[in-house]
Amino acid sequence: MSTPPTSLLEVTDLGVRFGHRRIEAVRAVSFSLEPGQRLGVIGESGSGKTVTALAVMGLLPENATASGSIRVAGTEILGLAEPELARLRGNVLSMVFQEPMTALDPTMRVGRQVAEVLRLHQGAEPGRARERVVDMLTRVGLDDAERVADAYPHQLSGGQRQRVILAMAVINSPRLVICDEPTTALDVTVQAKVLRLLDEVLTESGAACLFISHDLAVVSQVCDQVVVMLDGRIVEAGTVAELFTAPRHPYTRGLVATARLDLVEPGQRLPVVEDFYEADEVRS
Amino acid sequence: MTEPLYRVQALTRRFTDAGRHVLALDGVDVEVSRGERLGIVGESGSGKSTLVRLMTGLDRPTSGTVWFDGEQVSGRPERELGFLRAAVQLVFQDPRSSLDPRMRVGDVITEPLRSRLVRRQLGTGIDHRERLAEVLTAVDLPPEAADRYPHEFSGGQRQRIAIARALAPKPEVLIADEPVSALDVSVRAQVLNLLTDLVRDQGLTLVLVSHDLQVVRHLCDTVVVMQAGRIVERGSTSRVYESPESDYTRALLAAVPRIRIDPSATDHPVTTPGA
Repeated sequence: MSTPPTSLLEVTDLGVRFGHRRIEAVRAVSFSLEPGQRLGVIGESGSGKTVTALAVMGLLPENATASGSIRVAGTEILGLAEPELARLRGNVLSMVFQEPMTALDPTMRVGRQVAEVLRLHQGAEPGRARERVVDMLTRVGLDDAERVADAYPHQLSGGQRQRVILAMAVINSPRLVICDEPTTALDVTVQAKVLRLLDEVLTESGAACLFISHDLAVVSQVCDQVVVMLDGRIVEAGTVAELFTAPRHPYTRGLVATARLDLVEPGQRLPVVEDFYEADEVRS
Repeated sequence: MTEPLYRVQALTRRFTDAGRHVLALDGVDVEVSRGERLGIVGESGSGKSTLVRLMTGLDRPTSGTVWFDGEQVSGRPERELGFLRAAVQLVFQDPRSSLDPRMRVGDVITEPLRSRLVRRQLGTGIDHRERLAEVLTAVDLPPEAADRYPHEFSGGQRQRIAIARALAPKPEVLIADEPVSALDVSVRAQVLNLLTDLVRDQGLTLVLVSHDLQVVRHLCDTVVVMQAGRIVERGSTSRVYESPESDYTRALLAAVPRIRIDPSATDHPVTTPGA
C-alpha cells in the first residue's frame, strides 16, 4: 500500500542493529501516521518497540545502526545531523518517558525546566515564559500550578511528576507526541487520570500520538489503531476492536488472553501467551 | 476459636520529614489466620507498605502492637526476631533491585538459610544443595540456573528467583509486595499462576500487597482496602469486588484499565505492517 507524501510520520523498512555483533533489534518495520492520528505499539520487553520510538526521535545510542527510512513531515530523520534533529524534537516531535524521575533534572525547579523547553524552541522571554508555564501546568490538571512550578521534582508525587512531563511534551504544540510506557510506574488510579488527561490534551491540540506499552488495555484508552511487535517485527496491525475480537497471529491471541484477568475465576489457572504461541527460545 | 497467626492492634506510625508530620498508619487493626490469603490494597502513600514493614519487624511502630504466632514482634530487637525471620518471607516488586547482582543465583536463593537467626531457628539439618534443587523445581527454573547471575534472566524469571529465595527457609507466611507490578502483562499471568500453585501446594499463608484489585481478587480470599493510613473497607474479596461499600474502593475498581473499543475506529485504518 502506498501512502500519500503528506504523512506526518512514514517509517519504511526500518532495521536497527546494535553493537559489533550486530544484533538485530528491529527488522523490516513499516507503518505510517497521518496528522492527528494515534497508533499504539504493543509488545513485551525486548520486542523492539522502544528502539523504534527512539529511532523516530533520532535518539538511538551511538552503537546502533539504522537502515531504511523514517520521514517526519517529509524530512528524512536517518542520517540527519544533531542540530536539525534537536530542532525537530520539541517543535514537531516530543516524547514522554516511563519514569518521570529520570526524565527531570533533580537539581532544577520544575517550572524552570518547563520554561527551558519553551526558551530553546520558541525563544520566549523569561517573564512571559513563567506565565505560559503556569498556564500549561494548570491545563495538565495541577491544582496548585504556582507552587508546583517552584518545587523540585522530589517534592512532587509520581502522578504530579508525570503531569509535569506531559506539560513539557505539549507546551510547544508538537505535531507528534511519542509516549513510551507513560503510566507503567504509576498506581491504577493515577494511571487512569493521566491517560484521560493525555486523551484530552491530544484531542485539544490535534497532535498525533505514537503510544508504546506492553498493556493492550492501557493502549486502548488512548489509541484506536494498534500494531503488535514481536522479536523486532510487526506481526499484526489493526484496530483495537479487530485485534481484540479477531486476533489473527497466535501471539496476539496470547496477549489478548493474558489481558483478561477478570474473565478467570479466582484461583483458577490464568491463560499464558505460551498457550497460544511457542517462542523459539524460553522468554519469560 | 484458634488464635490468629498475625494480630495487628491499633498500629500507628508517624514519620517526620523536614518538620512536617506524616501519619503513615493511623490506628490499623488486622488479623491473619493460618492458611488465609489476605490482600492489602491501596494507592502509593496509603500505608500498605508501612504496614508490611511493621509486620515483618523492619520498622518500629509509633504506637500499637504486632503479634506473630502469639509472640510480640513490635518493639523487639532484631536478635530476638529469629522466630519471625524463619517463618515469614518477603517478595518485593522489583526483582532487579532486590537481588544482589554480584551473587550467583544459587547463593542468592540459599542466603536466607545461612542467616544466623534463621539457622538457630531451623537447626542445622537442612542440606542447602538439596533445598536449592527443591525450590528451583518449585518455581520451574532449571538446575543450571543456580550457576548464573540475576542479570542473565528476564524480569519474570528474576521474580521466580526471588520467590525461590523466599521459599528456601520453608516459611509459613509469604508476604508479596506488588510482586507483578513491574512485569509485562504477558508475564504477569505466569507469576500469578506460580503463586497460586505454591500457596495451595505448600499450604502457605499469603499476604499480598497491591494497588490492583484484579490481582488481589485472583489470589486472595480476604481483603483490606487502605487509604491515607486507615482501613476503609474489609471483607471477603468476592464481596468487596462485587459490591464495594466505600467510595474509595469503587474508585480503585473503576481505575483498573479495561480494553476500550471505539466502534467508529474501523473508519480510518492506516497502518500497513511490513509494507
